[in-house]
Amino acid sequence: MKSLEELKAIREKMQNQVGLRKEDAETTRVIVGMATCGIASGARPVLNAFAEGVAANGLSDKVVVTQTGCIGLCQYEPIVEIMEPGKEKVTYIKMTPEKAQEVIDKHLMRGQVVAEYTFK
Amino acid sequence: MMTELSLNVLDVAQNSVKAKASLIEISVDASYEKDLMTIVIKDNGCGMDEQQLARVCDPFYTTRTTRKVGLGVSFFKLAAESAGGTFSIASEKGVGTTVTATFQISNIDRMPLGDMTSTVHSLVTLNADTDFIYSYTVDGRGFVLDTREFREILGGVPFDVPEVSDYIRDYLAENKREADAGKLL
Repeated sequence: MKSLEELKAIREKMQNQVGLRKEDAETTRVIVGMATCGIASGARPVLNAFAEGVAANGLSDKVVVTQTGCIGLCQYEPIVEIMEPGKEKVTYIKMTPEKAQEVIDKHLMRGQVVAEYTFK
Repeated sequence: MMTELSLNVLDVAQNSVKAKASLIEISVDASYEKDLMTIVIKDNGCGMDEQQLARVCDPFYTTRTTRKVGLGVSFFKLAAESAGGTFSIASEKGVGTTVTATFQISNIDRMPLGDMTSTVHSLVTLNADTDFIYSYTVDGRGFVLDTREFREILGGVPFDVPEVSDYIRDYLAENKREADAGKLL
């Protein structure tokens, strides 16, 4: 049985870090469609890939990964929208965990939109 | 169609989130002796009136405006009923909704349960304002995850900071392994 003591240790560690991340105007939002259409098309592993990739690349301070319902483009699911402050929304379609990794590397890390996966 | 039951659970639990539930209880209880697996998703959300309840299993009924079909509940019902199981949904306006599906474990048409760890982890970390109680039991051995307990220990530290998120995933995965000895349901 995994103990709750470990969780206490995490709290103590985290509370010493001043200024836990808060969402603000500077935050980039990665939004994954998680309605029936998205889930049936494989949105869960895509969401996991983004959540893990953002944490692994130290982007947690400026990027949040979140979910939305159906936006009416079910045939293009899994759909991921990336909203960066001051920029136009980018919509990636038919995503996979592998494509997610590429989007993290190029778009989130270096600011280059991966045009071939976007909705046109 | 969903490819594993854990995806149905994720999908149906999203309905509870949308119903503004503050507490969502998910349980998976399997007994090889009885050849029976029962999955329950219970919420204290807004509930449905009789008219809505009557139509909820109709694939052409949805409250969404972005599309004209609502397949989530229908898929789950189909998965249960085509695997020698049963499906029921009870709801009361202002009180909440309970979805219960049973499966004959040995039925050749039963979909695998799949990755419940990912389903529960996604639900817990994405819905910061909702509490979850998840219980998983196989032949009487099991565990419970109660986010209210986690929240109390964590003070104000949110579930989606990487350290906490990893802890929740490990908690689910390790305790599952202890409960079912790695056997795939």
